[in-house]
Amino acid sequence: MQSTTQSTTRPATTAAPRTQQPTVYDVAIVGSGAGGGMAAYELTKAGARVVMIEAGGNWDNTSAQYSAMLKMPYDSPRRGASTPDRPFGEWDACIGGWQVPGEPYTKAEGTKFDWWRARMVGGRTNHWGRISLRFGPDDFRRKSLDGLGDDWPITYDDLKPWYDEVDKLIGIFGSIENLPNEPDGIFHDAPAPRYYERLVKQTCDRLQITCIPSRLSIITKPLNGRAPCHFCGQCNRGCMTNSNFSSTNVLITPALRTGRLRLITNAMAREVTTGDDGRATGVSYIDKTTGEDRHVRAKIVVLAASSCESSRILLNSKSSRHPQGLANSSGVVGKYLTDTTGTDVAGFVPRLVNVPRHNADGVGGGHILMPWWLDNKKLDFPRGYHIEVWGGLGMPSYGFMGGIQAYPEGGGYGTDLKQQYRKYWGATVGFSGRGEMIPNEKTFCALDPTVTDQWGIPVLKFNFEWRDSEYNQVKHMQETFRNLIAEMGGEVWSPMPTREQGYGIANGGAIIHELGTVRMGSTERDSALNSKSQAWDCDNVFVADGGPFVSQADKNPTWTILALSMRTSAYIIEQRKAGRL
Amino acid sequence: MTDISRRDLMAGLVAVPAALAIPQEMLQRAADHAHGVHEAEEQAAAQGAPQQPAPYVPKNFTPDEWRLVRLLVNYVIPRDARSGSATDARVPEFMDFILGEYRSSQTWMKNGLTWMNAECRRRYGKTFVSCSEEERRAVLDAIAFPKKALDEDKPGVDFFNNFRNLTASGFWTSRIGIADLGYVGNRPVMTWEGTPANVQRWLGI
Repeated sequence: MQSTTQSTTRPATTAAPRTQQPTVYDVAIVGSGAGGGMAAYELTKAGARVVMIEAGGNWDNTSAQYSAMLKMPYDSPRRGASTPDRPFGEWDACIGGWQVPGEPYTKAEGTKFDWWRARMVGGRTNHWGRISLRFGPDDFRRKSLDGLGDDWPITYDDLKPWYDEVDKLIGIFGSIENLPNEPDGIFHDAPAPRYYERLVKQTCDRLQITCIPSRLSIITKPLNGRAPCHFCGQCNRGCMTNSNFSSTNVLITPALRTGRLRLITNAMAREVTTGDDGRATGVSYIDKTTGEDRHVRAKIVVLAASSCESSRILLNSKSSRHPQGLANSSGVVGKYLTDTTGTDVAGFVPRLVNVPRHNADGVGGGHILMPWWLDNKKLDFPRGYHIEVWGGLGMPSYGFMGGIQAYPEGGGYGTDLKQQYRKYWGATVGFSGRGEMIPNEKTFCALDPTVTDQWGIPVLKFNFEWRDSEYNQVKHMQETFRNLIAEMGGEVWSPMPTREQGYGIANGGAIIHELGTVRMGSTERDSALNSKSQAWDCDNVFVADGGPFVSQADKNPTWTILALSMRTSAYIIEQRKAGRL
Repeated sequence: MTDISRRDLMAGLVAVPAALAIPQEMLQRAADHAHGVHEAEEQAAAQGAPQQPAPYVPKNFTPDEWRLVRLLVNYVIPRDARSGSATDARVPEFMDFILGEYRSSQTWMKNGLTWMNAECRRRYGKTFVSCSEEERRAVLDAIAFPKKALDEDKPGVDFFNNFRNLTASGFWTSRIGIADLGYVGNRPVMTWEGTPANVQRWLGI
């Protein structure tokens, strides 16, 4: 895999010559993000012939055709501002957005929900913050602990070996902390904190808030032929040296190199097809470039299209044997939808004014992280949150220091204003809370009975509702962040949001952690999948994205998606060898 | 960044102390790769650039608006001892591009420019461009400090907040602005040392 730093050697992602293609693949995977990429990697490595269907176009982070790494803002007249298919800025390595042309979704009256969809090889792993946290032992058994939601059918011990394998394969930096519900991993060295992070750490120590080195899937020593991070801070532009995790270059590229993966891009899955016996026979899809209907046959189907998109495919896969859709005998597909709770608070910290200039880029994310540190028994909400920190002297981009009138001078113009920008640059610190939502019966997605996408495929309609368990948690975030900023001697930019303003809670979907709509469980009565993410009512259908999650945890889900997908892949291989699939 | 400095920047990738257990060859490959890419881009840009650029003709401002914008951006960010002005950094040209790409921004921009001239006519019977230095500053003083501004000037205040933001976006992302700020990142760093000692001393942590 040494050639991952050379774009020219990446295998072509178009179809291999037809003569080499089997008429029936061993496995068809829908989606090329974290879950799909891991399944493709593991299954092709084990010798399976795999076809992967991806709704977006090709991508390669190690190629300058795609990556904008090391570009300066003035290299573009747009200076990094957003474009219709890059809402997070023109250099963001993720094609997609809250709205995808021709692919609508609808919302029930009163519902606020934003659905991010990536449309590219590698999916959202080209975009994310790379915060890679294992779920802890408590996160798999929340109902047993507080009576809310449900327990997972697996424990941390079941998943631990797979987390270990993911750490070793993909790489992650962090530090051994021995915290009770924040399991340590197999870590590369974590980078030392930036100047403002040193201040935050000191402040957290004073306020007795746990503050540890961050845990990001960025390598700081060579791993599996990949170069270590060079600390340019531009992970989200696509890493040309392949030093961070993207499914695109860390999983799909080596899978393609086996010669056993056929990757079909611009292919929109319509449904999983089934035979008279009710078992899956393959996947039908739209070739988006021609609009034609296509079909691939496979012995096993793995859905990894994202929680909600996989639900949509299952609900659309209706047949006489599966009248409610595939994997939906229990009726739970689309239900138990959750997203991470989120709110942000930022402030001006006078002691950081005129910070001496130095390179504070570091990795593309925070170097410190505050995991959940309190006991919910003493609080008016049931679950925790972690805190992310931002600030610093990052590369100026479109929107640079917008709202300068919020600083002490209250605005102005001329040489005095010019001086304000200089002295206040790097003197803002912000906090983002990311917490656990409890599933509720008013929050789900289902097929819209009247609306279809441009190919006639029924779309999802979302119902979403935050409850007091979330509102009270976000209120606590707001109060905590305001305390932190005050303790640093800072002034918060915005007044405390009221209950009517939801305490500043982000819309459902906005944190892009939708999970749980195809949940696993102990019985087929109340879950779609068994503990191996295998459909109860169709043994050759698996789900390998965020769909199988039973609960959110206050941890970013990607590392768990990867571990579950690896575990499911191993199960598929084992079952195939035993002749049971 | 010039060709030379970018070459230096990329060269940073291979300047690794031998004591570090990082495979030199791997970094060399990464450096060669990224380096080759950017050099090719720069050569292409240099070949495509005309020797004597023609005067810029705005696509999304009228001639009168253009004169006002060119004047106004330099009131926001003038030349000083450390760096050039907003027009030196081609901020008006940047604004023209943004107005073309983000059509909704034309509304506040055009309405705001109209408000500026209307306010100047109301006060002094002439456009902002025709006003004296003192008269222009009186109008700007009324709208540049939102907390002190009068309610009746709110349209001007809102416009100036947006205009100041857009000027800052254009200026501080230009070569002139980046050099002025002292942004020294965007370079490969082989060993991340964290906060430098002098900054730690300054911070006291």
